[in-house]
Amino acid sequence: MVVDKLSETFAALSDPTRRRIVDRLCRGPASVNEIAEPFAISQQAISKHLAYLERAQIIEKHQDGRQHFCSLKPHTLREVSDWAETYRQFWEENYERLDRLLSEMKNKKKKGSRRDR
Amino acid sequence: MTDKKTKITAEPEKQELFVSRDFDAPMEIVMRAHTDPKLFVRWFGCRGMTTKTEHFEAKTGGRYKLLQNMGGQEFSSYGVFHEVTHDRIVKTMEFGGYPGHVALETIRFEALPGNKTRLVTQSVFQSVTDRDGVVKSGFEKGAGESHDQLSELLVELKTT
Repeated sequence: MVVDKLSETFAALSDPTRRRIVDRLCRGPASVNEIAEPFAISQQAISKHLAYLERAQIIEKHQDGRQHFCSLKPHTLREVSDWAETYRQFWEENYERLDRLLSEMKNKKKKGSRRDR
Repeated sequence: MTDKKTKITAEPEKQELFVSRDFDAPMEIVMRAHTDPKLFVRWFGCRGMTTKTEHFEAKTGGRYKLLQNMGGQEFSSYGVFHEVTHDRIVKTMEFGGYPGHVALETIRFEALPGNKTRLVTQSVFQSVTDRDGVVKSGFEKGAGESHDQLSELLVELKTT
C-alpha cells in the first residue's frame, strides 16, 4: 500500500509544470491566480494540474472568501524523501566503511613500497 | 548536498536508480575492494550485519551469493557478474526474500584528479514498483526521524 502511494506521488511529480507548482508552494500557500501567473498556459490547464496534485494528496485547497488557496501537505512528500533517505543512508553507511578500508589499503601499499626500496 | 556525500537520483516513473559517491583512493584500490571477497565483506551490508560469501567470483561470467546475518535473522542475495573490466562491473542482483525480482546493476569507476575515484551505480529494476519497493523490502528502515530533505529532493527531481 505504501508503495502504491509512493508510485502515485512519483506519478504526480513526473510532470515539470506540477513540479514547478510544488516548488512554488514550498515557499508558502498561494492563491490559484498567483500559482497560474508565471505559466504561459490557461488557468483551466493549471486547475487540472492542481486537481491532480490534490488527488495525490500533495497539496490541499481551501477557500477564503472568494479566493481559492493551495498549500502543501508536507506528509506526502516526506514519504518520498524518507524513501530516498533510507536508501541513501544504507549506501552512505556502506561507503563510510569502504572509506576506512581504502585508507587502510593505501597505507599498507605505502609501507609495502617503502620495504621494497 | 554539501554534507551528504552519497547522492541518490531517482526519477519519477522510471525503473532505475543512481547512487554516486567519490572516494579518496585510486581507482585500482576501489576496484579491488569490490572484487576481492575478503575485502568486500568488510564494508558491504547494513550496520550490525555480518556478511559472508558462499560464492564470489568477480569476473565475467562468475556468480556470487551473499549470506548476511543480523540478530540471528538470515538474509541472502545473489546474482551473476555479467562483465568485470578494469573500470566497470555489470551484475544481476536478487534478494532471497523477494525472489523473481531481478535488478541489473552497473558500477562505473571513474578516475578523478588527485588519485580520487568516482563511483556511479545504476540499478535497473524490472518495474517501477520493484524499484519503489526495494527499499521497503530489502532494507530495514533506519531508526530516528528523517531529516528535512524536502527541498533537496525537489532540486533533484527538478534537475531530472
